Amino acid sequence: MKLLKTLALTTAVAAALFTAPAMSQERIALVVKSLGNGFFDAAAKGAEKAAQEIGGIEVIYTGPTSATAEGQIEIVNSLIAQQVEAIAISANDPDALVPALKKAMDRGIKVLSWDSGVAEDGRMLHLNPSDTDLIGETIIKLAADYLPEGGDVAILSASSTATNQNAWIEAAKKVLPEKFPNINLVSVVYGDDDSVKSTNEAKGLISSYPDLDAIIAPTTVGVVAAAQVVTDENLIGKVNVTGLALPSEFKQFIDNGASQAVALWNPIDLGYSAVYLAHQLIEGTEAAPGATFSIGEVGEITLDDTNSAAMAAPFQFDKSNIEEFSKIY
Amino acid sequence: MTDTTHEARHIPDRIDTPLRAAIFSWPVLLLVVAIALFVLNSFASPYFLSPWSLSDATFNFTEKAIIALAMALLIISGEIDLSVASIIALASTMMGLALQLGVGTPGLVAIGIVTGLFCGVFNGFLVTRLGLPSIVVTIGTMSFFRGISFIVLGDQAFKGYPASFDFFGQGYVWWVVSFEFVLFLVCAVIYYVLLHRTNFGRHVFVIGNNPMAARFSGVRVERVKFFLFCLTGLMSGIAAVLLTSRLASTRPSIALGWELEVVTMVVLGGVSILGGSGSIQGVVLAAFIMGLVTFGLGLLNVPGIVMSIFIGTLLIFVIALPIVFRMLRERRS
Repeated sequence: MKLLKTLALTTAVAAALFTAPAMSQERIALVVKSLGNGFFDAAAKGAEKAAQEIGGIEVIYTGPTSATAEGQIEIVNSLIAQQVEAIAISANDPDALVPALKKAMDRGIKVLSWDSGVAEDGRMLHLNPSDTDLIGETIIKLAADYLPEGGDVAILSASSTATNQNAWIEAAKKVLPEKFPNINLVSVVYGDDDSVKSTNEAKGLISSYPDLDAIIAPTTVGVVAAAQVVTDENLIGKVNVTGLALPSEFKQFIDNGASQAVALWNPIDLGYSAVYLAHQLIEGTEAAPGATFSIGEVGEITLDDTNSAAMAAPFQFDKSNIEEFSKIY
Repeated sequence: MTDTTHEARHIPDRIDTPLRAAIFSWPVLLLVVAIALFVLNSFASPYFLSPWSLSDATFNFTEKAIIALAMALLIISGEIDLSVASIIALASTMMGLALQLGVGTPGLVAIGIVTGLFCGVFNGFLVTRLGLPSIVVTIGTMSFFRGISFIVLGDQAFKGYPASFDFFGQGYVWWVVSFEFVLFLVCAVIYYVLLHRTNFGRHVFVIGNNPMAARFSGVRVERVKFFLFCLTGLMSGIAAVLLTSRLASTRPSIALGWELEVVTMVVLGGVSILGGSGSIQGVVLAAFIMGLVTFGLGLLNVPGIVMSIFIGTLLIFVIALPIVFRMLRERRS
């Protein structure tokens, strides 16, 4: 009984001590698909930069260990409990997170998605890194630019349920017959953003299609795995690896010739823009079709009918500029 | 060595007095850990001690804990089911398919539960009728059940569950007390009675300790095990209804990797992984402990990988502690 009393007392004291913390700062949570990913670490850097520019903002950079919707929901629950002012999320699943994010909005938290979107019900606005059609075209163009005679290409994607990868591949398929008639897409395989699985899938592509000219991997994990396979199997010059890659992770493969060029939007700008948008939502800017938001030095976006907007076009890295960008992210 | 009186030859009925045994029992140890974590969390984060926070926290472990109840019985009997997470995926997919055909909420719930039960029957049949090792069978069905979901769904999702279906995974029975949580507590009581207060429960323990002796004592070993697989399937089906409702959608990657979290919960709860011993109280407390740890660390925005390390350490610590105690005691005597 005495133990119980002591316990009750200590908890009460703890509660009293901590229920009124300093609330001077705006806390914006940057929730990513999974931690330990260079892309998202770069986004967090951009978010910090925006926070410093605006002032009075604390960025909470967080995400699950494995890229699952259930893991992100646990994190959203803990952010709701912490009563953060805004959640900016790159979602592992567009639908499964909707109930949890709705609950967040019900409790007065501003919610926006960036990079990988959430269905309209679950967020106030969505920031696309780029335009889906433009990315679809860019990933094919990256391969086609170095195949003047045309040839066979294959796509090594992330998981089969990844929202953005699937949208880009759809866009790529649409643009193929119109703009790249001599490029032949022979297969789409899924490496689940896992190095080992991506490596195996890349090896599988090479053995199944001996005439393959290029592997397009619109994922930072897959593109490194594919380039490593091409390097290890002495196929440099025969199979060109391209896609979306993080310059610092990929520099060695541009240097050794396994890849001619890759592209990516700037994740730093993405995290930076997300914080600017979150801040404006907190300040009371209404997210509605046609509304304009400033995203600092990146520019300005205008929301479309679905309350989403594109940040910028993908940026190409090749021998001329990879050195410089590999130092940034 | 001098006093070889008859007292030295006396074999005690129990090694410890009942009180001592109760104090050093696993559930009590877990209870102490749970209370300590609760107090620590209250100190560590100002947001922990709020009814809504605690209520939100329960959602993180309830579905897994519901499966863990049945899994505990299965592991005590010396078997294991690693396909539980895949059963969730398949049951959720079947519910999604039924939704496309216009089935209403009661039908969806029934289909989810029956699919789970059917998967359990399938596992049970392979293990008890064909005599295959359960770990091999359920690793197989783990890929098989989820594989079917992938074939049905590919990269698509089922969504648009009716609003009345939301209740199971998002609804509240009273104030902050969620339906899921109440269901878990009710199930925990049922499983407590089943394991600790019935002949069936005694049979489960006997089978886990010595299946041969159990058989010679007239226990219908295969039938009991078959029933336990069905129960585990059934609970996975129930968990599938709750999780699908909470996510309001179905994807083939639903509940990926949950089987290990469920087994962790059971082992942390003091169930011997070799079978033969364990308690429902322990498993329930372990569920709370895992919930407290993940939510508490989540409030401090500790990265997930650190959380995994913490859970791993906790598991080794809680398992090693009694063994270390016993070694120390033996050395002293």
